Amino acid sequence: MQSNRLGWILLAPTLVILFFFGVVPFFYVLWLSFHQWNPFALDPAVVYNGADNFRALVFDSGFLASLGVTLAFVFFAVLSELIVGYLLAQAFLKDFPGKAIFRTIHTLPLIMAPIIVGSIWKLMTTPSIGIIPSLLDSWFGFDLNIGTSAVAAFTVTVVMDIWHWTPLVTLTLIAALVSLPADPFEQAQIDGANKRQIFWHITLPMIAPALLATVFIRLMDALRTVDEVLMLTGGGPGSATRYLGVHIFKEVFPRTNYGYGSAVSIIVLYLTIVSCWLLYVALIAPRNKKA
Amino acid sequence: MRRQRTWLYLLFWTVVSFFTLFPIYWLFVISVKPAVELFSTPEVILSSVYWKNYVDVLNDETLRGYMVNSLIISTGNAFLVTVLGFLACYALSRFNLGGKESIFFWTITNRMAPPAVFLLPLFLLLTQVYRFGDFTLLDTKIGMILVYCTFNLPFAIWTLRPTIDGIPKELDEAAFVDGASAWTVITEIVLPLARPGLAVTLILTWVFAWNEYLLAATLTNFNARTLTTGLSEYVTTTGTEWGVMAAISMFTLIPALIVFSLVQRHIVAGLTFGAVKG
Repeated sequence: MQSNRLGWILLAPTLVILFFFGVVPFFYVLWLSFHQWNPFALDPAVVYNGADNFRALVFDSGFLASLGVTLAFVFFAVLSELIVGYLLAQAFLKDFPGKAIFRTIHTLPLIMAPIIVGSIWKLMTTPSIGIIPSLLDSWFGFDLNIGTSAVAAFTVTVVMDIWHWTPLVTLTLIAALVSLPADPFEQAQIDGANKRQIFWHITLPMIAPALLATVFIRLMDALRTVDEVLMLTGGGPGSATRYLGVHIFKEVFPRTNYGYGSAVSIIVLYLTIVSCWLLYVALIAPRNKKA
Repeated sequence: MRRQRTWLYLLFWTVVSFFTLFPIYWLFVISVKPAVELFSTPEVILSSVYWKNYVDVLNDETLRGYMVNSLIISTGNAFLVTVLGFLACYALSRFNLGGKESIFFWTITNRMAPPAVFLLPLFLLLTQVYRFGDFTLLDTKIGMILVYCTFNLPFAIWTLRPTIDGIPKELDEAAFVDGASAWTVITEIVLPLARPGLAVTLILTWVFAWNEYLLAATLTNFNARTLTTGLSEYVTTTGTEWGVMAAISMFTLIPALIVFSLVQRHIVAGLTFGAVKG
């Protein structure tokens, strides 16, 4: 049929744009991370300094604090979303009147801009404006103040993430659960297996591929959470919710220390890739070996 | 027994839906309250509706400008990535290009990286490297349209590929035998058949661009500032005007809700790169 030249011509605009706005920035930031460069410093030259930026990073308490809270945030948010999402998916399997409407409502948060989600939760939880602190105070005498309490701010960001992203887990798991064959479940019931055994030995292994795909997507997204947290807490109080993306945006970027900032960016990218890879090695690779 | 079960499900889902909807309702409540009423004990039921916050937003020239910028950038970007994604998918689907599956996979890696990582290099490239005389891409609408391609173009390619692959090759081949040009085949045969897929892609990429905040906050100052950045500016500079902040949020939210009603079924497939059919 056609010569391949036409194919390359059709593909060219895509490749050119992704090259200039995807590939070049990556190599540029990688190159800068091995240099010292602050255009507003006394010496504005770009000087090669080997791995100095990365060495400094290991002792940067601001960065380490940010890394710690990010990992805690990702752990609590993604784990809760998986558990709640699975239970909700199970509750969607039976037919009941109005199911389509409930499903539509449940999908709603997914399309909302993260910054709007942050704005909504700010209005929900800011003391004296939000409904949540007021209810907690009148019901339990509990004082929720995301502006002063690190635990409160952290918890609210996790709850906000659960509110925003659990629907994605629910819907992907519904898709996985409805496509399961009925035979193994019937067989297990005949053999007298209880619900817990059925879950651990039949349901879980069978939905594992979909579950892992969901974990990957949620993990990547949770690691890069910025907008909603920036809006809700601005990373505070202190560094309680200054997750890696927030850290880059609020601390690294304004400090015009571009060489060091590039090193932080590269490490964040590296950690994202490595955490996904570790998950792959720990969960998927052993399964493949067994099979 | 069965009947009881049904009631339990209804009750359960009503409670879950309440938790989903209440925060959105609360945003609306704050947006229709005058500032003086906000600091009394929060009331769940509205006694009166006060539209002045919305009027204030619409009368604010700066915010109106941001709204127009958001519209131009997201519409421009959505059309650009849908057209380019369509052409790229046609190329990937119908030609024997060397390494095309690697290229296809490589495109998605551009979307997987955290955007915060690219703030610094994109800022530096846009101000220092990608310049033509005095013209830099920083704080321009065309610059933002191009930058948004990094996450929307891979998305367009991944969502359109199954659509284009699903159109039988025999149709193009028959047309070529009849002497049609490649352009005719693409526009007259493939394009009409791909229309539903193109519509979903166009709508979802539009929403992603409309919702974007981080890159816009870093790469624009005034001329190309979008509504999402306007919202955050409003909070930091005049943090006390909660009603106006809620009204801006509603303005940002409403287009997304309209879009949601159009492509609800495709949202999950979209957000999981097509790994899960919704």
